[in-house]
Amino acid sequence: MTGIDNLMDKALDKPGAAPSRARRPYRQAWWAATLAALVILPFVLDGYVVFQMTLVLVYALAIIGLNLLTGINGQFSLGHVAFFATGAYTTALLMDAGLMGYAWTLPIAGIVAFVFGFLFGLPALRLEGIYLALATFALSVATPQVLKLTPLTPWTHGVNGISLPKPEVPWGLPLDQDQWIYFFVLAVVMVLLFLALALVGSRSGRALLAIRDNPIAARAMGINIWLYKATAFGISSLYAGIAGGLSAIVVQYVSPDSFTMNVSIAFFVGMVLGGLGWLPGALFGGAFIVFIPQISADIADKGFEGIAYGLCLVVLVFVMPSGLAGGIDLVKRKFAR
Amino acid sequence: MTRALDVSGLNAFYGDIKVLDDVSFAVEQGRVTTLLGANGAGKTTALRAICGMVRRSGKVDLDGGTIVNLSTEDIVRRGVAHVPDGRGTFKNQTVDENLRLGAITRRNGPEIGRDLDMVFSYFPILKTRRQQQAGLLSGGEQQMLAVARALMLRPRLLLLDEPSFGLAPLIVAEIFEIFRRLNRDEKLAILLVEQNASIALDFADHAYVLETGRIVLQGSAEEIRRDDMVSKSYLGY
Amino acid sequence: MELLIQQILSGIATGSIYACLALSAVMIYQAIGHINFAQGEMAMFSTYGAFQLISMGVPYWVAFVAVVALSFVGGMAVERVMMRPLLKASVFSQVVMFIALLTLFNAGAGFFWDYTVRAFPSPFGSQPFLGFSLLSQHQAGMLGITVLLLGLLFLFFRFTRVGLSMTAAAADPVSARLVGIRVGWMIALGWGMAAAIGAIAGMLIAPVVFLDPNMMMSILVYGFTGAVLGGLTSPAGAVLGGIIVGIVENLVGTYVPVIGGELRLTIALAIIVVMLVVRPRGLIGRKIVERV
Repeated sequence: MTGIDNLMDKALDKPGAAPSRARRPYRQAWWAATLAALVILPFVLDGYVVFQMTLVLVYALAIIGLNLLTGINGQFSLGHVAFFATGAYTTALLMDAGLMGYAWTLPIAGIVAFVFGFLFGLPALRLEGIYLALATFALSVATPQVLKLTPLTPWTHGVNGISLPKPEVPWGLPLDQDQWIYFFVLAVVMVLLFLALALVGSRSGRALLAIRDNPIAARAMGINIWLYKATAFGISSLYAGIAGGLSAIVVQYVSPDSFTMNVSIAFFVGMVLGGLGWLPGALFGGAFIVFIPQISADIADKGFEGIAYGLCLVVLVFVMPSGLAGGIDLVKRKFAR
Repeated sequence: MTRALDVSGLNAFYGDIKVLDDVSFAVEQGRVTTLLGANGAGKTTALRAICGMVRRSGKVDLDGGTIVNLSTEDIVRRGVAHVPDGRGTFKNQTVDENLRLGAITRRNGPEIGRDLDMVFSYFPILKTRRQQQAGLLSGGEQQMLAVARALMLRPRLLLLDEPSFGLAPLIVAEIFEIFRRLNRDEKLAILLVEQNASIALDFADHAYVLETGRIVLQGSAEEIRRDDMVSKSYLGY
Repeated sequence: MELLIQQILSGIATGSIYACLALSAVMIYQAIGHINFAQGEMAMFSTYGAFQLISMGVPYWVAFVAVVALSFVGGMAVERVMMRPLLKASVFSQVVMFIALLTLFNAGAGFFWDYTVRAFPSPFGSQPFLGFSLLSQHQAGMLGITVLLLGLLFLFFRFTRVGLSMTAAAADPVSARLVGIRVGWMIALGWGMAAAIGAIAGMLIAPVVFLDPNMMMSILVYGFTGAVLGGLTSPAGAVLGGIIVGIVENLVGTYVPVIGGELRLTIALAIIVVMLVVRPRGLIGRKIVERV
């Protein structure tokens, strides 16, 4: 059994499902610490790092979304950049057309992404495992090309992309722009995270898990598999879409070539590294995506980040069980003696 | 004289479940041994354990050499031909290709050619169906093909898993007559797993009875046939 | 009319490259029941290797053969070292490994040779083939090499012992073991061959699309499309599918106004989804048995 297989088993022990008595206070401490750290950060670090941390949160959100689909519901996706881009471009287009402020674009970005995800999820219902991976793979590769389509250029500006204004600090709060954006993103992410946890802990969440583990049994129990699976796809896309919208706001720019297969891979890697299903894990995954390119650029020329990703994945599959979650549990178990 | 197959203290596992417990049996050179027992007793598992297809421990010696730690392919290459339940023919390949595959680990072309002739003499129907897809053959023909393919290995030991399964009595008699000839003329050692106890006991020299993973009775085929418990439970009288 | 024929021929020529990748995909699929997403990047990496050799003065065909041989060995090595331990693991683990390989090869190429786009030589030249304006010499060369390759593969699988062993191992690994075939090595061989074919495809297409680390990603998708279209269980289907995709892509690009050329990947995606949902076995593949 590889580390990854342990990971899938671990997913049963989700935040939201009843944790064992012994773990409960430990887990709560972790959450409190993480949250505290997140709130204090922007006051302690300088502007550029705050910007990077904001991106970490954005990616963490996308990873949480992907988690809902793959970790909880067992459906693969190597195609999440498509939904991410959908959200990003929805936000960008709405802002560019002067139709609304950045905050209001987010629900719309989410809804558009949800619809798109749900629609893609419908034919995907018939696809399992490697075939679904293949279809979503093709989706990712096709995404930049679709974004560059000539007839859409009047709105998307094609290859040139769309530039967006930096959000102003509202209500005279004593924050600078980077800090405000950070807290805005943090708030959105937290809300969506708690919604995700609520979903997983609910009856629907258990239905999703049941579908992942044994679709035939699930159907025998009267669960409408098709509806749940397509909806899972939709919800996952919604998260990716909102993350995309946030990324547009944070980076203040969208262009087709930002949304390549590499982004899907980054989400996937982040999810795997984080250890399917944990908030701190998703943050770790997001941090990995954002900071590894930075660090590797300092070490060597471009290209090293890919090598770092790849090597981490290899190590993960063979050595470290369950990504970060497993690594921590491993340490916990050692200390429990 | 070393035994063709010497199994001692064999344990076999499916996952964590122990399916065979301290099982011991043997096949003498040029002789036929049969493993009897009801469904689920572990007979098929015993054959799989010999071939390394399930997790096992204990002693398994082929012609005096240990094979208990080898992979399936290597055990086969040492001369063990296993005809599994379900026949195991390559359905999309022709009869001819199936036979060629039986000899795929052998080098000597002319010898392989002679064995092919030998096999066709035992199973003439296969010669007429030579270029047909194996999956299209009847049940009896597939069984013959499976055995023929096993023979193409020129094995030292032939393992037969329920060869009578799903076949009409006439065909079964025909096939067992061929087994008799093989044992007699080619001096081939055979380990036979069968649910059909009477035909197995007719054919075999030695017999062992398995019940839920343990040997409960052993002896010569004659002795076993006369045993009360066996005649009531397995022979129906 | 002449334009139509030219586009069809051109489509067949590019289609032959897709056919090669489709064939590689089918080979691995038959061996392990999975699709190797890293194939394109491995082919690209091999092509860079050829580029390196040629830049160092090695004659084209020597470099060609050397790279094919090295890719073969490399492909086998990747399977034995990285995929073999995962043979019994979940789909998820294996996909993670494919992604890992993808990123490693892509980043590796960028790392060793950087991301500037380079020209790759063609041994055939771009003159019109036999004086006809229908086909360039390079396109004819692509077709010719692909046909030769397919012929060799056919002979290999039909008439050699190893070919028969590989087919048997792919069809029924358990029975194959029972005749003594070392199934693990047959799988490694499949990977080696898939890598070698990929290298050939890469070296043939590079003069057309220019060499850069991202060149194979979309071509790989077309290759997969061809494989899915023809049938993941059928080598002949893969070839047929690849060629059809090449022709369709070319015709759409030429005849659909404005966006034809830009919709190619979307069309490929659509074909993949439709085929997998409606007829997963492809046009001429066998019914895919669900590996439970």
